[in-house]
Amino acid sequence: MHFSSYDPQSFYDEMFACAGKPRQHARLLVETVEALSDGHLLRYKHAAERLLLQMGITFNVYGDSAGTERIFPFDLIPRIVPADEWDHIERGLKQRVHALNAFIDDIYHDQKILRDNVIPRDVVLSAVSYRKQCHGLNPPWSVWCHVTGTDLVRDRDGVYYVLEDNLRVPSGVSYVLENREVLKTIFPALFEALSVRPVNDYPSHLLEMLESIAPGAAAHPSVVLLTPGIYNSAYFEHSFLAQQMGVQLVEGRDLVVDGGRVFMRTTKGLERVDVIYRRIDDDFLDPEAFRADSVLGVPGLMAAYRNGRVALANAPGNGVADDKVIYAYVPEIIRYYEGADAILPNVPTYLCWRDSDRAYVLEHLAELVVKSANESGGYGMLVGPHSTVQQQQEFAAKIQANPRNYIAQPTLALSRVPTIVGDHFEGRHVDLRPYILCGKDIWVLPGGLTRVAMTKGSLVVNSSQGGGSKDTWVQAASPDLQGGQQQQQ
Amino acid sequence: MTTSRPKPLLSRVADSVYWMGRYTERAENVARFIGVNQNLMLDSPRGSGDQWQPIVDTSGDRAAFLNRYGAATKENVVRFLAFDAENPNSICSCILAARENARSVRDTISSEMWEQINKLYLLITDESRKPLPEGLTEFCHNVRMACHLFQGITHATMSHNEAWHFIRLGGMLERADKTTRMLDVKYFILLPSVTDVGTPYDDIQWAAVLKSVSGFEMYRKRFGRISPDRIVEFLLLDSEFPRAVRYCIGLADLSLHSITGTRPGAFSCASEQRVGMLRSELDYAQAESILKSGLHEFFDALETKVNTIDECILGDFFAQKPQSANAAA
Repeated sequence: MHFSSYDPQSFYDEMFACAGKPRQHARLLVETVEALSDGHLLRYKHAAERLLLQMGITFNVYGDSAGTERIFPFDLIPRIVPADEWDHIERGLKQRVHALNAFIDDIYHDQKILRDNVIPRDVVLSAVSYRKQCHGLNPPWSVWCHVTGTDLVRDRDGVYYVLEDNLRVPSGVSYVLENREVLKTIFPALFEALSVRPVNDYPSHLLEMLESIAPGAAAHPSVVLLTPGIYNSAYFEHSFLAQQMGVQLVEGRDLVVDGGRVFMRTTKGLERVDVIYRRIDDDFLDPEAFRADSVLGVPGLMAAYRNGRVALANAPGNGVADDKVIYAYVPEIIRYYEGADAILPNVPTYLCWRDSDRAYVLEHLAELVVKSANESGGYGMLVGPHSTVQQQQEFAAKIQANPRNYIAQPTLALSRVPTIVGDHFEGRHVDLRPYILCGKDIWVLPGGLTRVAMTKGSLVVNSSQGGGSKDTWVQAASPDLQGGQQQQQ
Repeated sequence: MTTSRPKPLLSRVADSVYWMGRYTERAENVARFIGVNQNLMLDSPRGSGDQWQPIVDTSGDRAAFLNRYGAATKENVVRFLAFDAENPNSICSCILAARENARSVRDTISSEMWEQINKLYLLITDESRKPLPEGLTEFCHNVRMACHLFQGITHATMSHNEAWHFIRLGGMLERADKTTRMLDVKYFILLPSVTDVGTPYDDIQWAAVLKSVSGFEMYRKRFGRISPDRIVEFLLLDSEFPRAVRYCIGLADLSLHSITGTRPGAFSCASEQRVGMLRSELDYAQAESILKSGLHEFFDALETKVNTIDECILGDFFAQKPQSANAAA
């Protein structure tokens, strides 16, 4: 397969500066792909898909009773991020996560930022994910966001913007590791030639971070991963991470609070638990503290957490900073706590609770992307240019009924990467989700999940909406690679 | 990481791997029964009548079958035993259940084990979409071999730790149960055919019994001539044949002791006591006295004992333990 007829059109293309002219960092990849014999790549693609199905690397689609398990579509052409671009991203992410932790800690303590009127008090206290039960809690190092999966996008100009912070229970990192295993078998020589940084030490970093937040001075803290169970869409990832870290994968019914401590039920009686990497939402953690009808949770868990007898990652209540209205204030949050401008800009955001913004949004629904403040996974969203008049009217009614719950952003022309479509390449829109671990220090996985909107022209990359993924190659800084990158920012 | 004591096994996980072991073994046995019966029918004299009902009886689901299907035609029996999603003991249901159990413990079992059970599941779902498998014999063979492969992979890729012993415990109890049931049904169907005694057809029938547990060749080496009493002795009391009841109970006993850490010959819980008692009974039993005092009664008692062991295992290891007294304080 060749790139000769590939046309980047007017979009920012991650691989080609313009038709027929690969970017410096992608030249070797283009040459390698073109040197493969006819059908080679497609054979690999089919073999990889069969392997994924056999390995059961699938996700569950809610509300689809027929074929509930699907493989996550995977494209073999990687997305390459040159070292200097990555350096910029990494600095930006560290700054952002640091500021967001300071913000959440402030909100659940003195609320200085509210008293200084940087953000309207109402906006914060009305956030669905604000938890008054979390006031006065003191997680180690005041860290509330232990694992973050920030969504980045590039517009036509190639600038990286933060689209969402995903502070609560971000998923997808297992695909980063699995995709890499597949590509290593297909392009073994390229990894060394392009100085691609490894990603497979993620589970080690995750385990180290989790052990570091254990209460007291347990010599061998007992870490568990709490999953909602096999019917959760991310169950594969839960079992994968537990296996890779060598920790117990538990469900709520395996845990019990006894004498103020958390234990798991084993064949030899109750065993103490020190750290819970929970992959269930706040609402379902503890029926005594949050939703009383939750059968997934552990009664008494929040009391044990509040008394410092068990650590939870991510910290309950951190979703307050994930609210899409509060997101709009993150540049100010960074300025307030870090005393500096945000390295990675936000996407400009209209807040529908502001009268002037709302009027503008309602007039321009056909151009904007409208999002509900608290949904994720591509649900509760209107992509204006791809919507019908009827859909726009429905959203107009929703916005007027509950303005606090809606934001709008300009429709970005997301950057594209060549993607295998049938027997040739076509450009498909992508985003990038890097993973950030935060304990005593902040560590950014050099890689991430490049999500692809597999449908032609689509801007929605979520797996629940037919999105796929690509491997992401972050290059190590090395003298012989610096040469041709001056046009990159 | 520094070394530490072995990770404790969650009760839920122990429960799941135990049933994963039982369900794969059950699927394999049902496939054996269908396959051998199919083969046997091809050798039957004309007009010897309906011979599909007995394998339904072996599965212990006679009432459910008659209720829903009525006549024991080949089509009905095969559909019921192989693909009926409403029959919890069909091959299809067993593999589905084994896979659900495996899925919930993917971090405990090896990736290879998960892949194999997933492949088996894909094989079954493919086949169940077809009207009725044309290559029934081949299908049964494939299921059997896939189950063997799963057991081999389990043996070779997973540490022989507590969870592994629960898998083997489940598999061995299931196998003991299936061998018992199969013998119980076949013995009493085949025995009254006095007119056939000594005929080639009689030999073929008894050979089929042995083949349904892969025991034909091993029996020949041990006893030579086909004789109903010796077959009963072989399948009940042999200490070396891996599908003989005594052999299975012996391994179940070993696994239970590995799980609890209790020394051989002693017991620390009800299930260990029950398995130990059954093991000694079989170790010291003689075929002649069993036959004299009534084979059917012996089979019945054996089935009850295996069921009781299963219930004791549930109580000793899987059932949610009551919280300690200070929880109420």
